[in-house]
Amino acid sequence: MLAFKNVTFQYPEDDYAMMENLSFHVERGEFVSLIGASGCGKSTIFRLINRLLEPKSGEVYVDGKEIHTIKSYAGYMPQKDLLFPWRTIEQNLCLPMEIQKVGKAEQKRRVDEVLVQVGLEAYKDKYPKDLSGGMRQRISFARTLLTNAELMLLDEPFSALDALTRMDMQEWLLDQWYHYHKTILFITHDVEEALFLSKKIYIITETPMHELTIVDVPEGYPRNREFLGRPDIEKLKMELTMQLRKGGLKS
Amino acid sequence: MKKYLPSLLFIAALLLIWQFAAGRMNAAYILPTPVGIIKRLWELREPLFTVHLPATMSVTMIGLAISVVLGISLAIVMDMSPVVEQALYPIVIASQTIPTTAIAPLFIVWFGYGIWSKIVVTILMTFFPITITVFDGFKSVKREMEELLITYGAGKKEIFWKLKLPTALPYFFSAIKMAIPLSVIGAAIGEWLGAQSGLGYFSRRMMTQLDGAGVFAPIILLSAVAMILVSIIGLLEKICIKWRNEL
Repeated sequence: MLAFKNVTFQYPEDDYAMMENLSFHVERGEFVSLIGASGCGKSTIFRLINRLLEPKSGEVYVDGKEIHTIKSYAGYMPQKDLLFPWRTIEQNLCLPMEIQKVGKAEQKRRVDEVLVQVGLEAYKDKYPKDLSGGMRQRISFARTLLTNAELMLLDEPFSALDALTRMDMQEWLLDQWYHYHKTILFITHDVEEALFLSKKIYIITETPMHELTIVDVPEGYPRNREFLGRPDIEKLKMELTMQLRKGGLKS
Repeated sequence: MKKYLPSLLFIAALLLIWQFAAGRMNAAYILPTPVGIIKRLWELREPLFTVHLPATMSVTMIGLAISVVLGISLAIVMDMSPVVEQALYPIVIASQTIPTTAIAPLFIVWFGYGIWSKIVVTILMTFFPITITVFDGFKSVKREMEELLITYGAGKKEIFWKLKLPTALPYFFSAIKMAIPLSVIGAAIGEWLGAQSGLGYFSRRMMTQLDGAGVFAPIILLSAVAMILVSIIGLLEKICIKWRNEL
């Protein structure tokens, strides 16, 4: 679904590369978490996929096609919900479709459908200020879904939420993933969040990145939180935390 | 109402001091009393409201409308192109260093005693705050929001209509609220220097007749009109931009 092939990237203001000949791939329909210390380049990977940055060398492929040759191939959900305060919830949800020139009737149909799915159909005509933090993130996720892209890039979407809302949202996100079968690449700092959500965890342990360490989470879907208390998962959590700390010290 | 009480009390105190001082001076041709000005305003109501106020309002409204179009256009082109911004920004700033009252007589020579010389003075005084404030509005767009639209495939035109314009709207209202009093002053200056009608012209004519209250009456009227217009814009702003504090 997503493939990085020998990608090298360096910020012009830095005297070191962020990544050198980095290659990795994500399979269609997978839920993959990307973890690493602050400033290690997690968001840079997203910005390269979104073409907000251009690599010095190498290519990025989505669905076997080089990203410069295709459009609307990835839905991006940022850390902040970035809902436009002058637009109603319905108008916010229509935004990606307006840009893709989807017809008005089709926009309305898709918005109604997705609002039912995220459980916020009663808020269609409200403004973002009328919604709680968790609701706003659900709308932000729904807006990402409405890009109609198969690949979803979620950049620490729950980091600003309180612990309880965050747990609810993680479970809610898994439900959405079961329903839509999208390919999700999810950035997080939180090892437990990565373990609970993902099939695979990609770890950034060095800068410049040459490769990502890949860890398979030994648990199938559907999941509940109980598996996080298992000794093997606790051990894995400890190992991942140690790796992150080692990476943090290096960078 | 309660929040305006200190302001109202202060104004009332000032008016009382003025009334008392002017009464003691007893030289209405230099300093008329507030009560005297109101009385004169009432006596002169017919020429003021039917001839001179409409004349000044025409200049103000036409000047303001042209300034809005010019100011927004300049802000848009400066925002679209850094080269244009670098070329125009110093000129826009320099235009504000021109002493308007000194150059205004030249406008009368260039454009005549008709309406256009006054309109040019008004434009010169008002296009600057509109240009600079709206330009700042465009620049205040959140980078993350712009990038989000880019990830949806938006081009410059879509980013402008869907993001920059709404973001700049509160700035536009602030600009208009600044420009209204300036446009009224600009129109009055233009009329003061040479006109056949208008509140500025009328005030000057009263001065030649040593009618102090007659000089103040059109000025009071001008201030009142400017305050009413600013209040209307403030009300419109409240209706249009309920989300102002959320950006």
